[in-house]
Amino acid sequence: MAYKTAAEPAVAPAGTAARPPDTTAPPAGPARRSGAWTPWLYLAPALVVLAGLLVHPIYQLGLISFLEYTQAQVSGGEPTTFQGLGNYRTLFADSQFWQVLLATVLFAAACVVSTLAVGCALAVLLTRVRALPRLALMLAALGAWATPAITGSTVWVFLFDPDYGPVNRMLGLGDFSWTYGRLSAFALVLFEVVWCSFPFVMVTVYAGIKAIPGEVLEAASLDGASPWRIWRSVMAPILRPILVVVTIQSVIWDFKVFTQIYVMTNGGGIAGQNLVLNVYAYQKAFASSQYSLGSAIGVVMLLILLAVTLVYLRLLRREGEEI
Amino acid sequence: MSLIPAPLRVRRPGRLLAEAAALVIAIVVAFPLYWMVLSAFKPAGEIQSTDAKPWTLSPSLDSFRRVFQQEEFGRYFVNSLIVAGTVVVASALIAFLAATAVTRFRFRFRTTLLIMFLVAQMVPIEALTIPLFFLMRDFGQLNTLGSLILPHIAFSLPFAIWMLRGFVKAVPQALEEAAYIDGASRARFLWQILFPLVLPGLVATSVFSFISTWNDFLFAKSFIISDTSQSTLPMALLVFFKPDENDWGGIMAASTVMTVPVLVFFVLVQRRLVSGLGGAVKD
Repeated sequence: MAYKTAAEPAVAPAGTAARPPDTTAPPAGPARRSGAWTPWLYLAPALVVLAGLLVHPIYQLGLISFLEYTQAQVSGGEPTTFQGLGNYRTLFADSQFWQVLLATVLFAAACVVSTLAVGCALAVLLTRVRALPRLALMLAALGAWATPAITGSTVWVFLFDPDYGPVNRMLGLGDFSWTYGRLSAFALVLFEVVWCSFPFVMVTVYAGIKAIPGEVLEAASLDGASPWRIWRSVMAPILRPILVVVTIQSVIWDFKVFTQIYVMTNGGGIAGQNLVLNVYAYQKAFASSQYSLGSAIGVVMLLILLAVTLVYLRLLRREGEEI
Repeated sequence: MSLIPAPLRVRRPGRLLAEAAALVIAIVVAFPLYWMVLSAFKPAGEIQSTDAKPWTLSPSLDSFRRVFQQEEFGRYFVNSLIVAGTVVVASALIAFLAATAVTRFRFRFRTTLLIMFLVAQMVPIEALTIPLFFLMRDFGQLNTLGSLILPHIAFSLPFAIWMLRGFVKAVPQALEEAAYIDGASRARFLWQILFPLVLPGLVATSVFSFISTWNDFLFAKSFIISDTSQSTLPMALLVFFKPDENDWGGIMAASTVMTVPVLVFFVLVQRRLVSGLGGAVKD
């Protein structure tokens, strides 16, 4: 779930600029010589694994969402009955579902905007400092990046602990409990998410800025442009392909936040006030044994992310990225 | 560094301000990790103190001792290593073959497959916990490490294939032709020439499958339901969360133990990546 990589996007600027249009098609030479089966032979293990553990579960997820599937069917041996869209009707009639959906969208949006703002700002900052401060910031960011989501979550909860945490003391907040209120709990999770996701944006955008010819930025600077103006009018337009990639990656990733919410708000907060779709589906299925409702929520998530992916593919195509 | 435009280099006060900001931000970003390690070494009395200090004068290994002795932590650690290690090796080999197929051959449905690999990366694996739970149950895999290994291989493959493409493509076609002219078989070219050349890329890819598997918390929680001897590290960490009073020393020590291998892996791989393809292949 944390496929946050700098590698692919980082090569994008150089690739789109320098790659001749025809090199992406594999050469026909030796491939012709062998049987047409060879590529499929090489692909077979991957396709078998993906069919069994990705495609089939997706099909099952859809199927379960149309069935009556609760504890009675799982362990009681009762026959499953086809519900049609019944589970979806139940779900859409539940005001909590809409509340959670809204919270998920707003929370993901806040995470994406904050991550991008912090990541881009620090990327620009990196270009304006000498090697030592740059190394310090890079190392700190790599540390945050490499930290597992679960340990990051526990550490941040501890940092903001009302009794023993240093943050409340430094800010003079007394024994203010961050996880008690809905907004403050979401804010706390947001801090952790931004902390562990901004390095990806920073490193990627920094690589992109370094690929911009120095004269361009020099010219803008000589013309008296402010750093903000340089970013908005020069860097951002040139970096558009990279920004598209990091934005979509962040959307996909932040929409699926699970571990942080689960660990930091103890399974979705007081009375489920901090639930997001992912945790909601999990709680429905595994805490209250309503597997079909949980699956229906999963399908909704899948469809939303599929829509995001299609937008991503279109944007990639428009940028001329060859697949 | 020479890429930094000259005028920016000249404005001194501005740069000093930027450097001060960078250092302060670096400290803020590193602070949670520092606090984690610090708290792991603090004696119990100092952790449960409402007057937390950013240093300790009497470091102690008590928390680590609690982690390693009481909670079967070593077992969890080994389980995590087995799961992550198997996933890394298996997905790297499978992805290498698949990436070779989609980059060095031309065949029908090639583009379709590539788009599918891309789309597959976006699938929220958390949403698939429910059907995977039933799949594992039907195959009697619940409570086994296999129930963690198999899904993670599947979920790391699409990205690994996608990322390896570039590395496989970078090996010059001429090398392949030369190998065949010298009488190498297809298998020999694949394993004795292409594989070593792509190895740095495989290592880079493996960082991501390692991290996502090592960090996995959802499958470990959902599929290992009764046999705790098959649990992995994240579960061991949650043991220290107690309803009445969290054992913060234990939590921080366990978090430290869990974070260190990932950091080590990051550092190791970065060194490997430096000796990339550039030196290995000479035209």
